[in-house]
Amino acid sequence: MNTLYRSMLGGRSGLIGLAILAGLLLIVFPLLLEPFRLNMMGKYLSLAFVAIALVMCWGYGGIMSLGQGLFWGLGGYCMAAFLKLEAARNIASEAGTDQIKALSTVGLPDFMDWNQITELPWFWYPFKSFPLTLALMIVVPTVIAYIIGTAMFKRRVGGVYFAIITQALCWAMEILFVTRQGWTGGINGITDLRTLLGWDIRTPSAQSSIYFMTVVGILVCIVLGRWLLNSKFGRLLVAVRDMEDRVRFSGYDVANLKTTVFCIAAAMSAVGGAFFVLNVGFMSPKLVTIEPSIYMVIFCAVGGRMSLIGAVYGTLAVSYGRTFFSEEFPALWYFLMGSVFILVTMVFPDGLAGAATRGVPAAWRWLTRNFREPPPAPATAAVKEAQP
Amino acid sequence: MPNPTTRPGALSRIMRSVVMACAAIGSAMAVEDGWTNPVLDKFPTAAVNTTGLATGDHWVTVGQLHSVTGTMAISETGSVEAERLAIKQINDMGGILGRKIKIIQEDGASDWPTFAEKAKKLLIKDKVGTVFGCWTSASRKAVLPIFEKENGMLYYPTFYEGLEASKNVIYTGQEATQQILWGLDWANKEKGAKTFFLIGSDYIWPRTSNKIARIHIEKHLKDCKVVGEEYYPLGHTNFNSLINKVKLAKPDVIYSVVVGGSNVSWYKQLKAAGITGASLAAKKQLLLTISTTEDEVRGIGGENVEGFFACMKYFQSLPNENNLKFVAAFNEMYKDKYAGKAVVGDVTQAAYLGPWLWKATVEKAGSFDIDKIAAASPDVEFTGAPEGYVKIHKNHHLWSKARIGEMMLDGQFKVLAESPELIEPNPFPEGYK
Repeated sequence: MNTLYRSMLGGRSGLIGLAILAGLLLIVFPLLLEPFRLNMMGKYLSLAFVAIALVMCWGYGGIMSLGQGLFWGLGGYCMAAFLKLEAARNIASEAGTDQIKALSTVGLPDFMDWNQITELPWFWYPFKSFPLTLALMIVVPTVIAYIIGTAMFKRRVGGVYFAIITQALCWAMEILFVTRQGWTGGINGITDLRTLLGWDIRTPSAQSSIYFMTVVGILVCIVLGRWLLNSKFGRLLVAVRDMEDRVRFSGYDVANLKTTVFCIAAAMSAVGGAFFVLNVGFMSPKLVTIEPSIYMVIFCAVGGRMSLIGAVYGTLAVSYGRTFFSEEFPALWYFLMGSVFILVTMVFPDGLAGAATRGVPAAWRWLTRNFREPPPAPATAAVKEAQP
Repeated sequence: MPNPTTRPGALSRIMRSVVMACAAIGSAMAVEDGWTNPVLDKFPTAAVNTTGLATGDHWVTVGQLHSVTGTMAISETGSVEAERLAIKQINDMGGILGRKIKIIQEDGASDWPTFAEKAKKLLIKDKVGTVFGCWTSASRKAVLPIFEKENGMLYYPTFYEGLEASKNVIYTGQEATQQILWGLDWANKEKGAKTFFLIGSDYIWPRTSNKIARIHIEKHLKDCKVVGEEYYPLGHTNFNSLINKVKLAKPDVIYSVVVGGSNVSWYKQLKAAGITGASLAAKKQLLLTISTTEDEVRGIGGENVEGFFACMKYFQSLPNENNLKFVAAFNEMYKDKYAGKAVVGDVTQAAYLGPWLWKATVEKAGSFDIDKIAAASPDVEFTGAPEGYVKIHKNHHLWSKARIGEMMLDGQFKVLAESPELIEPNPFPEGYK
């Protein structure tokens, strides 16, 4: 029990951090924010899954993936496919509406009909079943991550080369989704999703339920991530990041280690994608492409790439900044956003988490120095990591 | 109790001064806004706004949701400017039901989820009376469920593929059949065209357009046939193999639905391969497009497109009085930016119609309520339209004319022909599925 407490929750300081985050997300936000803003928070949080995944695979494993949107998008598309089929069945049962007038094959997703497809493609069939959808949502991205991982890491491709390859794959995926529009909805994506197993996901009450589900998902991912990173596996990951060859010469299969963490990150990202679809109500190839993938890395960098909790704060801060600046200054928000990034990375190289663990004590010391004698060299406090 | 009156008295005095201060700030803001509704007695807010929109005694708030940043900004800027011009003109005339229009602008950032987020914000948080916005089909598809769910109103300016009719949208651009059928008839009758080669960017609008074009050519035009149909991804830049295919097929009409940035490569490579307006005319061939307006030609260069034809509902060179006034007012409002040389394309004009149609509808309904506007929209007309005259159909699209323009060296279009009647919008064309 005690070891579980230490490894999963990260001891006392870790537990406090987790409790603050949980309190903020589960109590403060729902009380303070109007339903529309809360739904937006849910949307941001579904991106935080990727930031957490990136902390594991980039911050600890040293694997920089600039194409994490690929897995996130796959998870999202799986969920969207299920919801779309359900929506198509519902339209078929509500005869006489305008929507039915527009269709030549009733019961097929609307975008397939617009593309003159008259029969459901075979790979859409599994998405008729919810359990199968959930399974595929995890399995498909994991298998793809496994293939990429084995192909790259066995050949000892790493660093910048790996980052560029993931980016290219991400782009290839976008092109595939855009051009196969009869199968995927093309550039419009899969839109107008309404119900999940008969439950209208667009009502305010449903949206707040989905928000809470997203928060629970995030907390589970953090706990799971801590457990992994505090285990032997986690220590090996750090060792691989810092000195790959020494780990290899010690008899470990580095490629397997890297592939494993990459697969876990992919699965986690995919769950985030599925939550995104539930929060937002549609899926689009715009989300699978390079730009959001880079945003995800920025979330992680701003939050602090060694901190699972920091990743969540980073995501919320950057996404909220994006929304705030674009609402207040529609014409020049990109520049403001860019300046904030430059400032943050210059002032806090370890992100918000670094600022919290080092910056705050340092600032406190600087403030108090004027009032009393400096304590004898607090060097150990400055080096100490608050939490993994 | 020691003197129970003093403390509450002091409190109430403080309260009173707070209230007074608030009132003073409030009235100062009203003075700052500087507009009082002259017809408030006739249209009290309680009567014209029963659903809690952000419409007060003197002002009405509207949303504007286009991409100001990102890849679509270059296309959507014209729409933003035209809508602002119309709103300014309406405000100068005294507003709508005595209320002047305030704009809340949001940036969709060429990103469909952002469009959805901003649409929600405008409808739920700002409670705007209507929204003028969107440009691409993808952005419209992303916001449509939100407008239907939250019961908002969207004036959408772009020509598009049809297959849609919503209570919560007024489509001020043409749906596919309005732009295609008459243009093909013109090519067939006036130019004697018999064979057609269909080309498009690979997404829903070009594909639907070409589907309608193919059915019309094969079923409704006598002895005509399609000799090729090709699609390329959005942003595609190498059209050499396509140009070779076109050269081999020797179609009477190259029918182009190439969109966006691809247009620049497409026309430049055509010219490099020796296919120009003049060379086609010499062989009794022609290039007809439904996707290239003055806005695109500005980027392509008039020398690359001279002598090609476009079928649109509006060209900047239309000589009618409404249009002369519109172009002059546009140049006047944005003289610092364009120095009197503003380019106005089909969509920009359609965006300009939005605020005017909304004004006419609100005045007809005597209310800002969305349900009443949706119900009152059919048969609302706008006689001051730069394209001439438009009327809203009961399917919320516009009756409008189609026109053929020939592209000129200076980037303008010479209007050659015009449909004799207004064309009925038919977003669900029977027999074209």
